[in-house]
Amino acid sequence: MGDILKLVGQRLGLGLVILLVISIIIFFMVELLPGDIAQAVLGQGATEENLAALRKEMGLDKPAFVRYFGWLGNAIFLDFGNSVVTGEKVSTVIGARFANTLFLACYAAVIAVPVAIVLGILVALLRNSIFDRVANVLTLTSISSPEFFLGYILILYFAVKWGMFPAIASLSEGMSFGELLNRTFLPALTLVLVVVAHMMRMTRAAIINLLASPYIEMARLKGVPPLKVIVRHALPNAWAPIINVVALNLAYLITGVVLVEVVFVYPGIGQALVDAVSKRDFPVVQACCLIFAATFILLNLAADVGAILTNPRLRHPK
Amino acid sequence: MSIFVITYYSLLLAGSTAAAFFNKRSIFTLLFSLTLVSFVVGIIGGPGGLRAIAICAGILALAAMVSYSFREFLIMLAGPEVAKELRTAPLTAAFGMFVIFTYAITGIFAPWIAPFGEAEVISSAFAPADENMLLGADQLGRDMFSRLVYGTRNSVGLALTATCLAFFLGAGAGLLAAVKGGWFDQLMGRIADVIMSIPSLIFALLMLSIFGPSMPVIICAVAIIYAPRVFRLTRAVAGNVVVMDYIEAAKLRGEGTGYLIRREVLPNSMAPLIAEFGLEFCFVFLLVAGLSFLGLGIQPPTADWGSMVRENATLISFGDITPLIPAAAIALLTVAVNFVVDWMLFRSSGLKEH
Amino acid sequence: MNKKKEVLLEIKNLRIEGYSDEKWVDIIKGVDLTLHRGEVMGLIGESGAGKSTIGAGAMGYARDGTRISEGSSIEFDGMELTTATESEKRALRGARIAYVAQSAAASFNPAHKIIDQHTEAPLQYRLQKRMEAQEDAMDLYERLRLPHPQEIGFRYPHQVSGGQLQRAMTAMAMSCRPDLIIFDEPTTALDVTTQIEVLAAIRDIVDQFNTAALYITHDLAVVAQMADTIKVLLKGEEVEEASTEEMLKNPREDYTKSLWAVRSFESPQRQRPKDGVPLISLQNIDASYSSGPKILDDVSFDVYEGMTVSVVGESGSGKSTAARVITGLLPPSKGEVLFKGTPFTHDYRDRPKDELRQCQMIYQSADTSLNPKVKISEIIGRPAQFYSGLKGADLKARVDELLDLIELEPSQYYNRYPSELSGGQKQRIGIARALAAEPTFIICDEVTSALDQLVAEGILRLLDRLQNELNLAYMFITHDLATVRSISDEVVVMQQGKVVEQGAKDDMFKPPHHPYTDLLLSSVPEMDPNWLTTLLEERGVENLGDAAAAKIAEK
Repeated sequence: MGDILKLVGQRLGLGLVILLVISIIIFFMVELLPGDIAQAVLGQGATEENLAALRKEMGLDKPAFVRYFGWLGNAIFLDFGNSVVTGEKVSTVIGARFANTLFLACYAAVIAVPVAIVLGILVALLRNSIFDRVANVLTLTSISSPEFFLGYILILYFAVKWGMFPAIASLSEGMSFGELLNRTFLPALTLVLVVVAHMMRMTRAAIINLLASPYIEMARLKGVPPLKVIVRHALPNAWAPIINVVALNLAYLITGVVLVEVVFVYPGIGQALVDAVSKRDFPVVQACCLIFAATFILLNLAADVGAILTNPRLRHPK
Repeated sequence: MSIFVITYYSLLLAGSTAAAFFNKRSIFTLLFSLTLVSFVVGIIGGPGGLRAIAICAGILALAAMVSYSFREFLIMLAGPEVAKELRTAPLTAAFGMFVIFTYAITGIFAPWIAPFGEAEVISSAFAPADENMLLGADQLGRDMFSRLVYGTRNSVGLALTATCLAFFLGAGAGLLAAVKGGWFDQLMGRIADVIMSIPSLIFALLMLSIFGPSMPVIICAVAIIYAPRVFRLTRAVAGNVVVMDYIEAAKLRGEGTGYLIRREVLPNSMAPLIAEFGLEFCFVFLLVAGLSFLGLGIQPPTADWGSMVRENATLISFGDITPLIPAAAIALLTVAVNFVVDWMLFRSSGLKEH
Repeated sequence: MNKKKEVLLEIKNLRIEGYSDEKWVDIIKGVDLTLHRGEVMGLIGESGAGKSTIGAGAMGYARDGTRISEGSSIEFDGMELTTATESEKRALRGARIAYVAQSAAASFNPAHKIIDQHTEAPLQYRLQKRMEAQEDAMDLYERLRLPHPQEIGFRYPHQVSGGQLQRAMTAMAMSCRPDLIIFDEPTTALDVTTQIEVLAAIRDIVDQFNTAALYITHDLAVVAQMADTIKVLLKGEEVEEASTEEMLKNPREDYTKSLWAVRSFESPQRQRPKDGVPLISLQNIDASYSSGPKILDDVSFDVYEGMTVSVVGESGSGKSTAARVITGLLPPSKGEVLFKGTPFTHDYRDRPKDELRQCQMIYQSADTSLNPKVKISEIIGRPAQFYSGLKGADLKARVDELLDLIELEPSQYYNRYPSELSGGQKQRIGIARALAAEPTFIICDEVTSALDQLVAEGILRLLDRLQNELNLAYMFITHDLATVRSISDEVVVMQQGKVVEQGAKDDMFKPPHHPYTDLLLSSVPEMDPNWLTTLLEERGVENLGDAAAAKIAEK
């Protein structure tokens, strides 16, 4: 057990270090701006006084690394400073939106993960059959289509032509859960289509890889029935690759959500990020990037830890 | 029961019976499952649904015929070695090559193909299609078709340049890291880890917000984001080559790094790298399209598919499919490249077993 | 010998096809085979002979990408397997026909304990209750002489050594007391000292339960110990079949004779020059990979000009590491490598061209030692160009000369790629590449172990001729004592990073030996069918194999 704890600890440590490095990149990249933030925010026509006032307000008179530690220290407590456009606290702007994004991603994941894994395993078992080939073409087509293409096609048919679901996923206070699911169905479906395709392909590859191992052949030559070969011999060794596939795709969901939110005008963090980028609202941009990166790293970390925990060689050391 | 429905089912059933009779199992399963699906679709959607299926099947058959003829055409043109390879290409790959070929022609000869200039305003906003304008006008009254044609050049050109740069950086670093090893390898690996821990679209948005959305910035940003992915793959592929005895022999001979990479490692890593190039192109193309769609890609009035979708998106709510055409153009090219890459990957992995 | 009463397995006109390059090609081209109850048949042949495919075919099993053609007949105890349903065939597997795979480490599922995999088949066929099956497993472990038979089954596969796993797999095959076991190269991946234990255990247990077996291997000496009858295969076809004694004494076909031919070549023993300086001298070398444990521990030996030193040892003995230290790939942590009395630079990257050219290497696998994308002319020409600065016509002349030297016609091979050559030709190109640098010292790393007997002998003769013509010194790294006997002048025996014994060849093959040398020499199977029996009688089981080697290392 000691080895596992050590390995998990190492992975966690590495994740923290990477997050720290990324926070440095995110913060100091803004320092690379031609001019400075105040100039960028106020534009060319700004007067010296206004510039000076804004600089003072943002603490730009202090050296960069002092501001970095201040920013990082506050960021740990989810305080990312104030928006330079609206003056509101960044955390209040993006807090609720982040929850919405998480909801959408979870919605999609709950549908996509079981469907994709079951289909992936099925296609792996039926490999080289006509179904496998058709599935291959369909999944390739799906991952090749930009999210907004899929999104607009869904809007065109499900919303405009058939009127089954709303085209715009607007949220309002006090709506029922069923209503919520109904309104966010199309964006969730868009994400599901892309993610299922990715996951199916990866699951298929992982399972086929596994079925080629000598111990599977050994099990077959021992007279173990096919279903038992899968359940008893393949599955216990398939967890690591499957966990990896799931985590990778959840991470993909988190970022893929940006485009989908814009298509469906969904009030999530992705839209906030896009708005902030076009308005050059740097505190918001930095906060969003940090949150996205942290989620991404967390998921990858979860995959690594999952792979370690399910590895029989590590679970039963010599 | 209309005549259409009767012909539809009788054709399908006759086809599946014939397939079963001649012992063509895969064709039979395909046709018969299509029949079963048709029952369901027919009950829900009526003849309209069946018609849609028939049209899809027709389009597929057309695509298959085009791909088949194109493959034969290529086999005729190519030398014996290449022709042997081409014969193993499935129809999907042939279709992919055909599409890529068409896009290349369109991109290169855009000014001659397009009837109007890409920024030329010729009619009122959202004017419908007429004999002058194949696909109607966009939100400013410019010809959609001409902009689509010019878009091939701009969108694909941008993505291609960015991919090349990413490849130059990533593959270069990967080969160097594999051959040199030691601290350089470690350092490059760590840098790649860090860059890959930031989601690509987010990283691109961060860079664009700071440096502004101009062509060079987009190209550099995309190259920085994708170079680590290329690096990882090249490092892995070249890593399998550098453990070979002939590399050790060359090292012990005293050969320099340049010779090792050029003559020994690169020729033996080429096949997977070419497939990876196609794959990376798809990712880059989709990322760039996504950025343009968000209004942060190529800036107007230059024609670009991603931004064309965004600018005309309002038409969707009137049931007009015009804004979907540029999006479909993006999807079609990506699918095409993926089909070809899929075949190449299958070939290179299949050959390894012998 | 009253074994041959009842036919157990009868294969007639077996054809198996494999799918490659978009078409089906025959791998097995009509093989017949009859096996009686309690009989052990050895299937022998080189790689690509199809022996393993026949083994799987005997269970009615076609591996992925292969199929059994129509017209083949596989009859097991009265049941036709080619027409049997999948579930009928499955009911035989594990219960009446069992399989022992080549790599036990890969063929045990890493996720389950050994004993749980052992009891799977008996439980599946409801032959025994779980507790009974486990008792039986422990009994089998004991019979197979596994250490701690009561506990070893409750470990996971990766917690057990390779030789023990192979025996555990044999026990697993025995779990339902099958009528037939197929052994697919069960000892190929093992060291000689480990192999002998496994061979003895397998032979005993097959004997005890009077089980019939197909024993697949490429090692003649091994099959001579194990089999009652031997069938020789070549490229999917039968060459001949006879009882083991008959086959060893009077092989009929030329191909079989070439396999049986004991190495006839033996170069005369050369003596060290008196009071000469050694060409290469390792002096008290310690080496390890990046602060790991010591791989070499105080290793010293000398190689004199024009002489051959063989370095012998099992995997992990450090013989290849010694070569890496000499070439400079692994700088030693202590000690010096002297070249004609002056120290060699430790790291190859710091060596001047003239030091680099002195010491060349020839590798084991000709497939990985030649760049597949480069023509022969460049493979051989590059060192000549690199070290001697030859160009144009001079370079061409030098390459032709080298090709002549290795007995290949220059005009034919000049423009070919390595993939167009046979294994022996590739190895010759490897030799030419080494010669192109005009070295004085060549390290030969298992150069003949991947080749067939006859080809290997050709290479050894060539190397010997070149040695005499060019006054070369060789360091031969090998585990094959026949090779040692035929080419070396001096022998160095290594175990776990230490030199246990060294001396002139003629002395080394005569007793008294160091105990490890003795163990190593005696563990190498000989063509005599009674060799294993005699050895076991002489020494006793406990004085062979891993345990004995460990005991010696401790002293």
